Amino acid sequence: MNTLFRPALAVFQKDLMTELKSKQMVTTMLIFAGLVIVTFSFAFDPTSEAVRVLIPGMIWVITIFSGILGLNRSFLSEKQNDQLHGMMTAPVDPSGIFLGKFLANLCFVLIVQGFSIPVLFLLFDYSELTLATSGWFILIVFLGTFGFIAAGTLLAALSSHSKSSEMLLPVLLFPLVMPVLIAAVQATSLLFSEGPAAIMSWLQLMTVYNVIFFFAGFLLFDYVLEV
Amino acid sequence: MKGMEDLGRMSPTSFQRWFFLFTAVMLLIAIYMVFIWTPIERNMGVVQKIFYFHVASAWNAFFAFFIVAVFSILFLVTKKRVYELMAGVSAEIGVMFTAIVLTTGPIWARSAWNTWWTWEPRLTTTLILLFMYIGYIMIRNLEMEWQRKARLASVFGIISFINVPIVYMSIRWWESNLHPVVVGEGGGGLETAMLITLIFSVFTFTCLFFVLLQRGLQVEKLRLMVSRIKAKKQEQMIS
Repeated sequence: MNTLFRPALAVFQKDLMTELKSKQMVTTMLIFAGLVIVTFSFAFDPTSEAVRVLIPGMIWVITIFSGILGLNRSFLSEKQNDQLHGMMTAPVDPSGIFLGKFLANLCFVLIVQGFSIPVLFLLFDYSELTLATSGWFILIVFLGTFGFIAAGTLLAALSSHSKSSEMLLPVLLFPLVMPVLIAAVQATSLLFSEGPAAIMSWLQLMTVYNVIFFFAGFLLFDYVLEV
Repeated sequence: MKGMEDLGRMSPTSFQRWFFLFTAVMLLIAIYMVFIWTPIERNMGVVQKIFYFHVASAWNAFFAFFIVAVFSILFLVTKKRVYELMAGVSAEIGVMFTAIVLTTGPIWARSAWNTWWTWEPRLTTTLILLFMYIGYIMIRNLEMEWQRKARLASVFGIISFINVPIVYMSIRWWESNLHPVVVGEGGGGLETAMLITLIFSVFTFTCLFFVLLQRGLQVEKLRLMVSRIKAKKQEQMIS
């Protein structure tokens, strides 16, 4: 256990500290999310009723596009000075590195969502979210992001070996996370239109997806690193 | 050939030659059965005949992706290059058959549903599947040593296959009655001649899959052999 959680925590802390010092990644992701919202405001008239239907989709578009930015950087930064090699030679379980990276990426995307989703609601004057549904809404956002980042961290490590990783990652990742994205979008829009009772099957699907891909990451990360 | 021991046999065995001939004859019979022997369907007319190849291609695509997953796991366990080549060739065949499915499907849909494409579960799943395995082929075409590439491709081959049932089941929950259920529960029932033709063409396409797999593997081995001879010659010329 110590060879798994201690390095995970170390990697997580290191990523957080680097980010605190440079503030590069989260800032870029936030600016990007803001720009997406502005683009949406031009594409769809914010006063029209139709936007109500589009908001759940917008939340997830913001998440995946800004998430991809962070995921791309996540392992690329480790390639400088051969840091990845250093991690591999350290006497720790490689799954610990996966866990640490996963936690850091999840943390960054949740921070970005924490800012951008309220702004989205505010700017589009979206008032469907009540106190009763907000708990469910947070759960959906968390589960959907969890699955996206679990698959994304593994694939970011995989594609970081290629010279054109920025191009490769989205091509590999988007088809793979399609089930969890479909479930997340459907659950979000059902929550606002029909209430919490209607979203149970989608929540189950997200949970199953998350468990499978989280453990697949644990099992296969070793093979991805050892190159 | 010297230096090729790790790849196994290069030239096809006599069984493989016979099997190729057998499949060719089977294909001809299948074409005869589809176009001449089976009756024309009453509602849809001639377009319905596309269905025999459509279903057979779909089956082949799924089978090919299953083979990719199996050989990816085998490669990660044993590190034998042949397994990796098999998985790669199988993915290429799978992508080809998926493309056939996605071409024949809309042609049929145009006359049956009066639309080329609808975002219906089965169609969406198949399209996602195509994208996943194009990604797999992209990894196999990266520029790096084969060991690294093979390991990355195998990992991706395994996780893509994990995703196949999830995609399939997840999209099932969108209620849809568009795709016809032909065989199995709630099936519309098929005339005997049509059913026989369908089973025959599925079987023939499976044989075709194995022929393509064997030929593809042979091409890959020859390609490797050429690159090794080239490297050797270059070394000789330098020294």
